[in-house]
Amino acid sequence: MSDNGNIAIIGDRDSVLLFKAIGLAVYAEETGADASRRIALLARGGCKVIFITEPLFEKCAETIEKYKTEAYPAIIPIPSGVGAGGIAMANIKANVEKAIGADILFTEE
Amino acid sequence: MSTLQVKPTRMELSNLKKRKAVAVRGHKLMKDKRDETVRRFIVYVRRNKELRELAERKLADAMNAFVLARASMTPDEIEEALCYPARPASVDVSTTHVLSIAVPELKLSTTDDFSYPYGFESTSAELDGAVRALAELLPLLIELAQVEKTCNLLADEIEKTRRRVNALEYVMIPQFEETIRRITMKLDENERANLTRLMKTKDMLAEKK
Repeated sequence: MSDNGNIAIIGDRDSVLLFKAIGLAVYAEETGADASRRIALLARGGCKVIFITEPLFEKCAETIEKYKTEAYPAIIPIPSGVGAGGIAMANIKANVEKAIGADILFTEE
Repeated sequence: MSTLQVKPTRMELSNLKKRKAVAVRGHKLMKDKRDETVRRFIVYVRRNKELRELAERKLADAMNAFVLARASMTPDEIEEALCYPARPASVDVSTTHVLSIAVPELKLSTTDDFSYPYGFESTSAELDGAVRALAELLPLLIELAQVEKTCNLLADEIEKTRRRVNALEYVMIPQFEETIRRITMKLDENERANLTRLMKTKDMLAEKK
């Protein structure tokens, strides 16, 4: 991983191609199984931040759950080329509900 | 509330009193920890929400610019321009502690000025715009990663602490109190029985004389 930095991005080819230009390690994966395998590989290789597009984030939720309680790697959903699907926001909301018991953040709106 | 299965002796009573004192102290500490973690969590999660909204908006802009760029160039040209490996971006990682929870601290370690990884001959201005927008977005994304991870970890910890607080408050401590009460009553009862027996014996002895 050292030659590629320690930030990676996983997603469909069209969404992640651009990230190559700013020096992220880009992995184009199509299926959830492939993406899960890639996450495991990256985590073992010492990757610290993994961005993953929302559709794939949803598909390999099980693998991501495993790394959730560890400090590294941080696996962060980002919107894919087709736009934000609201999964990441739903995650934040779930966090609030888990911690506080009621959703105090999103009710203001 | 069920009581603990212990023998009603003075020994057990003093043991239980000690355990209850520890439990009460632990409960207080846990409760303080929970309150403080929740307070910090709220700060973090608000920041998380702001960052997430900002990042998603900017990312959508960059993606749109990229779509335009793709329209103005052939797929081969795009491929050629982007597939040349750029200077890898990496983060400096360290771990800080928020109330003894290890949370990541990420810092982008590329410092020098941004440069395009391709020549300008065959690429369009739109692609430059998209790449630049994305490069400017990267620090934001890294901060988002840090804050979001911290929120995840804090939420987990809060849940755990809350369970411990509740277990102490509603199970352990009432159980101790109930058991202590039972043992005290039993001991008092024994004491009274003993006393009446002595009084009775004394009466009987007095009558005999």
